[in-house]
Amino acid sequence: MSIAERQASPAATTPAPAETLLEIRGLSVDYGLGDQPVHAVDDVDLTIHRGEVIGLAGESGSGKSTLAYAVTRLLRDPGVITAGEVRFYQWPKGSFQQPADGPTGAPGTVRPRTIDLLSPDPRVIHAVRWSQIAVVFQSALHALNPVLRIGTLIDDVLKAHEASMSGRRRRARAIELLDLVGISQDRLSSYPHELSGGMRQRVMIALALALRPSLLIMDEPTTALDVVIQREILEELMELRQRLGFSVLFITHDLSLLIEIADTIAVMYAGRLVEKAPAKALFRAPRHPYTYGLTRSFPSLHGERQVMSGIEGSPPDLRDVPAGCPFHPRCGFALDRCRSEEPPLLTITDESGPREVQCWRHDGTGPVPLELGATPPRADPDVARPVSRDTAGRAGRPEIQRRDPS
Amino acid sequence: MSAGNERSGPEPTAVLEAVDISKHFRVRAGRFRRGTVHAAENISLALRPGTVTAVVGESGSGKSTLTRMLARTHKLTSGRLYFKGEEIDPRAAATKDYRSAVQLVLQDPFASLNPAHTVRYILSRPLQIHHKAGDDLQESVLGLLRRVALEPAEQFIDKYPHELSGGQRQRVSIARALAVEPEVLIADEPVSMLDVSIRLGVLNLLADLRDRDQLAIVYVTHDIASARYLADTIMVMYAGKVVEVGPADLIANAPQHPYTKLLLSAAPDPETATKTWLGDSGAPPSLVSPPSGCRFHPRCPFAMAVCSQQAPPSFDVAADHHVACWLHSPEQVEAQSGALG
Repeated sequence: MSIAERQASPAATTPAPAETLLEIRGLSVDYGLGDQPVHAVDDVDLTIHRGEVIGLAGESGSGKSTLAYAVTRLLRDPGVITAGEVRFYQWPKGSFQQPADGPTGAPGTVRPRTIDLLSPDPRVIHAVRWSQIAVVFQSALHALNPVLRIGTLIDDVLKAHEASMSGRRRRARAIELLDLVGISQDRLSSYPHELSGGMRQRVMIALALALRPSLLIMDEPTTALDVVIQREILEELMELRQRLGFSVLFITHDLSLLIEIADTIAVMYAGRLVEKAPAKALFRAPRHPYTYGLTRSFPSLHGERQVMSGIEGSPPDLRDVPAGCPFHPRCGFALDRCRSEEPPLLTITDESGPREVQCWRHDGTGPVPLELGATPPRADPDVARPVSRDTAGRAGRPEIQRRDPS
Repeated sequence: MSAGNERSGPEPTAVLEAVDISKHFRVRAGRFRRGTVHAAENISLALRPGTVTAVVGESGSGKSTLTRMLARTHKLTSGRLYFKGEEIDPRAAATKDYRSAVQLVLQDPFASLNPAHTVRYILSRPLQIHHKAGDDLQESVLGLLRRVALEPAEQFIDKYPHELSGGQRQRVSIARALAVEPEVLIADEPVSMLDVSIRLGVLNLLADLRDRDQLAIVYVTHDIASARYLADTIMVMYAGKVVEVGPADLIANAPQHPYTKLLLSAAPDPETATKTWLGDSGAPPSLVSPPSGCRFHPRCPFAMAVCSQQAPPSFDVAADHHVACWLHSPEQVEAQSGALG
């Protein structure tokens, strides 16, 4: 089954809304203290549900990796978390069932344990990292210890986290894990440099899955790989997710890839989360001018060849972020207000359901430019309310709601 | 500027033409054994003014080797190169004239510019060495910066590479290549290190250079969608060999070679709702001991007996569309049309 086919059945991928796995509230991360810290992540809210694939898109320097490292407390000096809350909900293992496999347990029967990931007690994060939240890094060559064999690498993880496991069971589990990612067991005695780039990335995924985590954070896992291998690994990953039921936070600069694999996409720019919406709605009907520009930055494989322009200018220097909305110098829709006041994250509701956008153009006081008001595909045809198409290509004014100032 | 080029009238003659060029590298394959890497084999292509030829393939397909052979930083193992119709002595080192006519832009703008020098120095050196500066060196450098849309040029001229963004650096790299007034510009993955939002700007600049300055451009990439966007002709390479050549639109919309089909099915394509991934678990072969016959046959779902015995020659499927695949041999085509009729 291809990725597209799986996505075509939303019931198989969308978990119940209450099944929150990770909740990030107002997270800010600075690099360096003192007079001139760089605000790498600025007041970001993000919620990940069980079984969900969230895509985090953004250019280099947008803060997407920093966000992931802050959540897992892997930030290195001089990175400092200056504000915010990160809560992880630990559901009993095995309590999550893909709705496709049968009805889930009655809601309310299982209760998660809430863990504060920003707790100063190092034991808290140690208990969560790897066993609950595992990370797959971009460069497998640098992330795998070059002097250890693949078998030893897996063995070390199991030894450290599951002390009661016997040597024989650890070996059996290592073979099982390699099998999961399509690597034959005679590779247990290979060193990382003896594997191809795609195989190394598969070993990384096998390692990450060793302790059956409920959230996999993948930081540009396929960027260094060729397209064919990238596609193979993504297909395998999506199949594993279906089988094992973990959530994925997929970080990449390649929005076209996310549209295919993610349920929800969050777009970051200059440390802010500027838009979050269901994947298809974000692609068909972007609301933020930056997202609009991004969707017009990758040439299509079909139809007439058209001249495309990308986005003018370049991403801002984080030491000197423009006042107001950080995107305004590159924005074709900027108002006077955008130059002085930073927009709040607005929640708007349209045919695709509620979505978030950080842009003054959507605050309900003025007309929304046609480009930023396309009609998105409906989330669920059975429950979507009827839409009046009074203006060309745009539905009636979306319902607007401001986020509570906190 | 137009993204796709349809031209009529007689075709201009090639500036640079390669006929059956190959490159083998001798390597150590063990303590005593020596091996040969068959990096690129029997490649022919003709570069005409005002056209973009895209070379598409995975890493290890020989596309970078091809660019180095065209720029003559690698000597040919076999084959012939013609520059403006004149054959070049393959044993001789490239002359200064040749080097100024055929310029290479490299992938990594962070590594290809000397961090110790300003943009002014980086762009002045080729002008001085090749005596292209004219009366006013400063004015020539500013003109180059304006040609690659780094404006106001006066602000950029005294910057160091680290003060520029990736896209700006790649523009400086292109300006440096343009300094010597080349006729052929070979861009080896010029946008793959850049952020998505600025890639198109660089691609559009290349399209401008093609249309305005009538440069013959080779655009090497692994991204078939961007190749379709920019190029007139796409050449698909696999394991050192050309598997398919044709007009960009035909390659993207009606690919004929099984490998081109695999590549297209792997490309991210958010617009197609039901895309079928041609499942595949193979990997490109070792180039030290490439498979016999067609190098793609161990991965090919349509492989026949002949594929493992004999390398397929290039068959014509349309006027400019050539495929190196036995499925398109006259006998096969006849057998298939017979089966259908």
